[in-house]
Amino acid sequence: MKHISNLSILKAQGKQYIPDPTTAQVPGIFRGRPVISTTPADNEKIAAICPMQAIGTQGGLSIDLGKCAFCGLCARQFPDKITFTKDYKMATTVRENLIVREGIDKPIEYGPKPECAKLFKGSLKLRQVSAGGDNSCEWELGATGNVNFDMGRYGIEFVASPRHADGIVITGPITVNMARATQICYDAVPQPRLLVLCGVDAISGGLYADSDAIDRSFLKTHKVDLYLPGNPAHPLTILNGLRELTV
Amino acid sequence: MKTLTLYNNGRSVAFGDIPQTTDYHEFTQYVHEAMANDAYHCVSYFGYPNADALQLIMCLANDTNGTIEVFSFVLKEKNCPSLKIRAIDRFEREIAENFGIAFEGHQWPKPVRTAPDDYPFYRADDEELHEVGVGPIHAGVIEPGHFRFTCEGEKILNLEIMLGYQHRGVEKLMLEKPLLSQKAMLAESVAGDSAVSHGIAFATSYEALCDYQINERAAVERMIACELERMAIHTGDLSAICGDVAYQLGNAVYGRLRTPIINFMQKWCGNRLGKTMVRPFEAPYDLTPELIADLHATLNAYEKDFTQMSNKIKRCPSVLSRLERTGTVTREQAVEIGAVGMASRASGMLRDIRSTHPYLKYEGQVKLVVKKHGDVYSRTQVRIEEVYESLALIRKLVDNLPAAQASHTAEPQLQANRFALSLVEGWRGEICHCAITDNSGKLALYKIKDPSFHNWDALELAVRNNEISDFPICNKSFNLSYCGHDL
Ligand code: SF4
Repeated sequence: MKHISNLSILKAQGKQYIPDPTTAQVPGIFRGRPVISTTPADNEKIAAICPMQAIGTQGGLSIDLGKCAFCGLCARQFPDKITFTKDYKMATTVRENLIVREGIDKPIEYGPKPECAKLFKGSLKLRQVSAGGDNSCEWELGATGNVNFDMGRYGIEFVASPRHADGIVITGPITVNMARATQICYDAVPQPRLLVLCGVDAISGGLYADSDAIDRSFLKTHKVDLYLPGNPAHPLTILNGLRELTV
Repeated sequence: MKTLTLYNNGRSVAFGDIPQTTDYHEFTQYVHEAMANDAYHCVSYFGYPNADALQLIMCLANDTNGTIEVFSFVLKEKNCPSLKIRAIDRFEREIAENFGIAFEGHQWPKPVRTAPDDYPFYRADDEELHEVGVGPIHAGVIEPGHFRFTCEGEKILNLEIMLGYQHRGVEKLMLEKPLLSQKAMLAESVAGDSAVSHGIAFATSYEALCDYQINERAAVERMIACELERMAIHTGDLSAICGDVAYQLGNAVYGRLRTPIINFMQKWCGNRLGKTMVRPFEAPYDLTPELIADLHATLNAYEKDFTQMSNKIKRCPSVLSRLERTGTVTREQAVEIGAVGMASRASGMLRDIRSTHPYLKYEGQVKLVVKKHGDVYSRTQVRIEEVYESLALIRKLVDNLPAAQASHTAEPQLQANRFALSLVEGWRGEICHCAITDNSGKLALYKIKDPSFHNWDALELAVRNNEISDFPICNKSFNLSYCGHDL
C-alpha cells in the first residue's frame, strides 16, 4: 500500500471549520425554537401529551424551553398548532425568556449580560461539572471545541481545574451524590464567577426533577447566569450563548 | 434445577413460568456448573420483591446455542451465602444495596451507587507506595467517578474505582412515570451516548410485554440507526485515543469524521445523538429515498477519509508504541470478570449479542471482529474494523429495505403477569433490559444493565503495572459509561 503522508491527509481534509457559526444553517430537521400558532385547538389535550410537562395552557398555549426535551411529539401530533424552527439561538440569561408563547415568532431574548461579563472579553475559561448528566450534553460541549465548531477561536475553552476557570457549566439534574462536589467545585472558582446550566436536565431537572436521588438545593442559593436549552444542547446553541458573554 | 429457556426474540413469557426454588444449594449448584463453562455468562441477576420474600432471578446466556436460561431462588431471610463468582459479584452487591441483603463470604462487599465519603479504599501499608486520588470531578468534559490509585513511583499497582455519583433513580422512575413517551425518554437517557441502543432494548421489551411485533421495515431501520451509533462513537473514541497520545492529526481527523455521521442522525430524526429515533410500536421517522441517497453519499465520503487516516495510524510508530502492550486485559481475566462487548472481543472472546443471540434481523449478518492481545491497540483495531463491518451492513440493509407497512392502529396494551428480557449489542457491548408486569398489567419491575456494569472491572485490571500517565488512554480505549452504571 502506498505510503500516506500527513500532508496528503491534511490536503484531503481541506477546511473543515464552519466559517461563521453565528449564521450557520443546521442541516436536516433540527428542532430549535418552537412557534405556536393562534389556530384554535384543544390546549389541554396538547399539554397532556407532553412527556416533560413543558406545555402550559395559562393565557394561551406556551412551551417552556427549560423543560422541553425537543422530542417533537407535540409538533408531530398537532402540526397546525406547534412547529419547530431551526433557530438554535436559544440561550438566555433570564429563565422566563425560555417560555415561548402562542402567536409569537421572534428570537429568544438574550437578556442583560451579567455584570462580570466585561472581564471575560475575548477570553472565557470554564470548568465543566457533570452532575447526573447522561453524557449527551457533555458530548456536545466537547464538540464545540472540535475542528468544525472551533469555539477556541473566540477564546472560549474548557479547563481542567476550577482554579483556572471563570465559571462552571453544569450538566445533569444534580444528583444527591454530586451535590457536595458541585458546591466544592463552584467555591474553588475565583470570584467573580459565572454559573451556566446546559441542557434540560440541568435547567429544570427534566424527567428527574422529582426523583429522590436528585438534590437541586445548590441552585436555590446561587444565581444562574446563563441557560443553554436542549436535550442535549446543540453545539451552536452553546457556542452562540457563550460567545455573547465574551463580546 | 429446572430452568426456563428463552431466546432473544422479542417475546415475553408468563412470569409464573420462571422456575423457583427455596433450596439455595440447588440454585448455586446450577449456577456454578453453568459458569464453569466458558459459553455461559450472567446477563442479569436481580431481586424482585414477591409476596413476603425476595425472588432472586438469574439470567444466564449461552453464547454457543443462543439460549438464555432463567431461574430463581426465593430468599426469605435477610442474608444468604455469596455465590463467590467474580463475574456475578457486582450483581450481588447491587442486590445487597437495594434490598439490605447480606451476602456472606462476598469477596468485595462495597457500595455500588451510594458513593459514601468514608468508604475505606483498598490500601497497601507500605512507605514505598503512594496513593493518587482522582475525581469525582475529572479534568476533561466527562462524567464523574472516583479513581484511587496505589502507585510505586510512576507505576500503578492497583486501581480501585468508586462509582455511584451519577445515580438518578432511572429504574424507579420507569415504574412511576405514567406516559410511554416518558419511559422511552428515560431509557434513552440511561446513557445518552447509547440512546439508540438503550432505546431499542426498551422498545423491544415493552413490545414483548404487549405481545406486539414491529414490522420488518421498522426492525431494519432500528438496525441501521444502531450501526450508525456504533460508527459515530467508535470514530469519536478513535479521535480521543489519538488525542491522549498527543497525535493531533488523528485527533482532528477522526473528530471531524464523527460529525457527518451524527449530522445524518439529525437529518433523519432531528437529534445528533439519535434521541427520539426509537419508540415502541412505530418508527417515528421513516428513512425516505432522499435520506437514503444522502446516507450513501455520507458513507462514501466518510469511508475514503476514514481509510486514509486508519492506514496512517497503523504505520505510525510513535502512535503504535503508545498503544501496543498498554492496558492489557488477558483472555483469562476477561472471562473471569464476565467482560462483554467490544472490550471482550479485543481480549479474544467471541461475545457479540448480534451474533450469539441475534435479534431484529441480525441473524447471520455480522462477522465478529476479534483480537487476541487485549491491549489498547487491540481495542483500537476492533473499533476500526467494526466501523467497516457497520459500514458494509448499513449499505446492505439500506439497499434491501423492506417496503413500508402500515403499523398498529390502536396502541397495544401491556399484558398482565409477563416477563420480558431483551438483549441489544450497543457499541460498548451487551445491554440487558428485564421487565415484569403485575396482575393489573402495570410495570412492576424494570431492570437495566449497561455493559459498563461488567466492564468497569476490566479497566481496573487493564491499568495494573502501567505508567499512571497511560491511564487516560487505557480509560479512553474502553470509554465506559458512568450514568449507565449508576442509573
Ligand atoms: S417537543 Fe417539548 S413541548 Fe413538545 S412534547 Fe416534546 S418535550 Fe413537550
